[in-house]
Amino acid sequence: MLAPVHHVIGLTTIVRERLLPISGEVIARAQQKVTAGEVVAQTHWSREHALLDVARILGVSPAAADKLIKCKVDDQVTASAEIAVGRGMFPKSVRAPKDGRVVAVGGGQVLLEVGEAKLELRAGIPGTVIQVIPNRGVVIQTSGGLVQGVWGNGRVDAGLLVNLMEGPDTVLVPGRIDVSLRGSIILGGMIRTAETLQALAELPARGLIASSIQPSLLSKAREMRFPVIVTDGIGTMPMNTAAYKLLSTSAKREVALNAEVFDRYTGARPEVFIPLPTSSEPPMPNEVEVFAPGLQVRMRRPPAIGMIGTIVSIKPGLTVLPSGLRAQAAEVKLENNETVIVPLVNMEVVG
Amino acid sequence: MPTSLVTSNSLLAIDVGAANTRAVLFDVIEGEYRFVASGVAPSTAEAPYKDVSEGARNAIEALQKILQKTLLEPAARSLIMPSQPDGSGVDSLVLTISAGPAVRTLVVGLLKDVSLESARRLTESTYARILDTLSLGDQRKPDQQIDSILRIRPDMVVIAGGTDGGASRSVQKLLEPIGLASYLMPDEKRPAVLYAGNEKLVEEVKSLVGSLATTLHFSSNIRPSLEVEDIDPAELELAQMFVTIRKKQLKGLDVLDLWAGGHTLPTAYATGRMVRFLSNVYGSNKGLLSVDLGASSAVIAAGFSKKSVLKTYPQFGLGENLVGLLNYTTVEDILRWSTLDIPPSVIVDYLHQKSLYPGTIPATKEDLVIVQSVAKQALYLAMQAARKDFPKDAASIKPTLTPLFDPIIAGGAALSDASRPGQSLLLLLDSVQPVGISTVILDQNNLMPMLGAAASQNNILPVQVLESGAFLSVGTVISPVVTTKYGASILKAKVTYENGTEANVNLKYGFLEVLPLASGEAAQITIQVSRGVDIGFGPGRSTRNLPITGGALGIVFDGRGRPLDLPSDPVRRRELIKKWNWTLGGG
Repeated sequence: MLAPVHHVIGLTTIVRERLLPISGEVIARAQQKVTAGEVVAQTHWSREHALLDVARILGVSPAAADKLIKCKVDDQVTASAEIAVGRGMFPKSVRAPKDGRVVAVGGGQVLLEVGEAKLELRAGIPGTVIQVIPNRGVVIQTSGGLVQGVWGNGRVDAGLLVNLMEGPDTVLVPGRIDVSLRGSIILGGMIRTAETLQALAELPARGLIASSIQPSLLSKAREMRFPVIVTDGIGTMPMNTAAYKLLSTSAKREVALNAEVFDRYTGARPEVFIPLPTSSEPPMPNEVEVFAPGLQVRMRRPPAIGMIGTIVSIKPGLTVLPSGLRAQAAEVKLENNETVIVPLVNMEVVG
Repeated sequence: MPTSLVTSNSLLAIDVGAANTRAVLFDVIEGEYRFVASGVAPSTAEAPYKDVSEGARNAIEALQKILQKTLLEPAARSLIMPSQPDGSGVDSLVLTISAGPAVRTLVVGLLKDVSLESARRLTESTYARILDTLSLGDQRKPDQQIDSILRIRPDMVVIAGGTDGGASRSVQKLLEPIGLASYLMPDEKRPAVLYAGNEKLVEEVKSLVGSLATTLHFSSNIRPSLEVEDIDPAELELAQMFVTIRKKQLKGLDVLDLWAGGHTLPTAYATGRMVRFLSNVYGSNKGLLSVDLGASSAVIAAGFSKKSVLKTYPQFGLGENLVGLLNYTTVEDILRWSTLDIPPSVIVDYLHQKSLYPGTIPATKEDLVIVQSVAKQALYLAMQAARKDFPKDAASIKPTLTPLFDPIIAGGAALSDASRPGQSLLLLLDSVQPVGISTVILDQNNLMPMLGAAASQNNILPVQVLESGAFLSVGTVISPVVTTKYGASILKAKVTYENGTEANVNLKYGFLEVLPLASGEAAQITIQVSRGVDIGFGPGRSTRNLPITGGALGIVFDGRGRPLDLPSDPVRRRELIKKWNWTLGGG
């Protein structure tokens, strides 16, 4: 059976496609070295518009209004600029309510794009641009460590990693956060209170890697101006030992956080990158595996949720689980030497 | 060209679900169509696979192993069709799909309580999430409406409005912001548009939004007059539109659609078609109900004498949308169904975790209790929502209760995967809360949509498969409507078996009772009800020698009253639910 893969790798080659949601201008060039926060492409996408019904305001037919309109598509207009003027001794005029750009004219109406419209795409990982996709974005390659997460708040940044975890089940409390951490990426464990996030925001921190976060804090985490990546789950979950070992031993290194919002269809996931110098290109990770003895796996459901283990054997046929359900299952030896029977659909390969 | 199903023998049906893809083979055995076997594999719509045909091929390979028969060409992994003299391959294929994110939808109607309501009802027949509505009563300015449309980025716009020969300028006014917003979107992000309003405006709709929509679909007016609503033709158009949208979103669907000769249907629509078909075949005064609770959505399809209702609720699906369930209910309402004392935070954590990993299953007893509690509440909410759109003249004991349904067919992973039929039945009784006398059938292999997809081309196959025992008859459920005190006798029943032996039950309020009657066996039942008790024949009216059929659980008497009123004391409630579970053999 095919197995989903959750990447936690000490050294690998990482290739990531970074694309604008709509077409735009690609700024980065092929072979250019980029940092995680560097803008590689940009476009305009206004979310605010003003529709001026010139015909109604001037009290004329749409066809007549079209003749009175002074602007055309793509014209930049300033606030109060005259858009159209009526006829007669005391003609009425139609003015732009805000600075903007004309996006449509016709039927006696003018549609203006107003407000902030610039959309910038950041590299997300430090590396080399190996391909430019015209009008859409770039493909970036780098080498180093990689830890994938399950939740991200959509932000990107890089900085020095500071480890505040004493073990995989550490809870980050506000008392552990002091001014010396300003500008750092915090490896923080479980987040249980809004005060912890607030303390990090007030520093400000440059990023947060959490093992889990309370569901009630997700909206606050989304508001944080620094990237927040959750590695294991929503609720109360310790960090899986594979991620903990790799991240805690990478303390005081420069790391990049691309806290992309998890999208099961595109495959976008929040990721921590640990850039490492290499003399040769390490192998790229497998995106899909087949469940087999010897593979390192992580449990997605109870029992042993979040724990790492090794597949001892794949059980033949269907196995009756303690819940009474029957499913394809494997015998898994956990890190604490306990052996459990786990349905294959409840595991992911770690590597 | 697809092979004609009328002249062909074997038919392969593939259902691409959110969590699993199933491949099911139907073939002619001893002159009649039979369900032969089913292969299942995880669906592959999501990354890293991002190709639904991969999951379908894996499911077919699983089926091949069971059948010891080759269906796919070994090298190219393409379907062998038609079947070959060496026995490999199949003669035809039908395809249903529910995988993929709920379709982001803007619903437009002229009047809020008339055409907008009809458009909403139409939209709820497919896997759509209504993110905004536009009507004449909308207080927003046109530019605010444009910004809202741009913000929600609809995949689909459903427009109704204007009785035939009625308003035209008002409809045009509603179309303007849609046209302008679409104009501002990049070509590839523009929505598909379905117009099902005033038929005289078709040409104007074409000129206003035709060039700005990815696809423009038309259907007959769903509200031809204020008094008449006719959704059925538009449901088919919407179903086809859904498949077109999915083909754009999900790689590999075009390949499967080609195998199916272009006869791909949304799973919910195919289920609804089967319910309509069965209502016609087995028409009775009571309605016919199908409930399907899966990862992508909860689907309620009901057939009544003059009308059928199809409701698809992605918000009540048990997969990626599960985290949003708390927008419709509370943790306490989920926990009321639990037999264990579970902290509320565990439920919240479960909803998030299951949303992350929709394909996972409960491995422990505690996890199963959580799953069943969540499933009950999701199906309960879906039934409550669907009931609003059931016809007012549907046969019922009380208008505030579930109408009379017989049979009730239950499918979807949550119901069909339960480890014991008793668990599935209790889930169904608690959430659907049927009344009167109903036969309950479990669609263990989730065949309903597949048969619905086949029905339009081969109307013999579904009937023969249904009558062949491919579905599990759970039994006959008798659910009296009464309110009295706990422990009071509400009915006495005598069952006379075919061999002449008898069994009796004295049903008390608050209790479940079971009498054995095996699958395939028939019996006669005489029920004497207490004063005020209604089992569908009127208050206090008894019945004699009523023929009934058996099932895995036999005859189940649900004396818990309707609507089901659970004790507020959590300890007593949990003990009662445990007792009910044991009575039904649910463990």
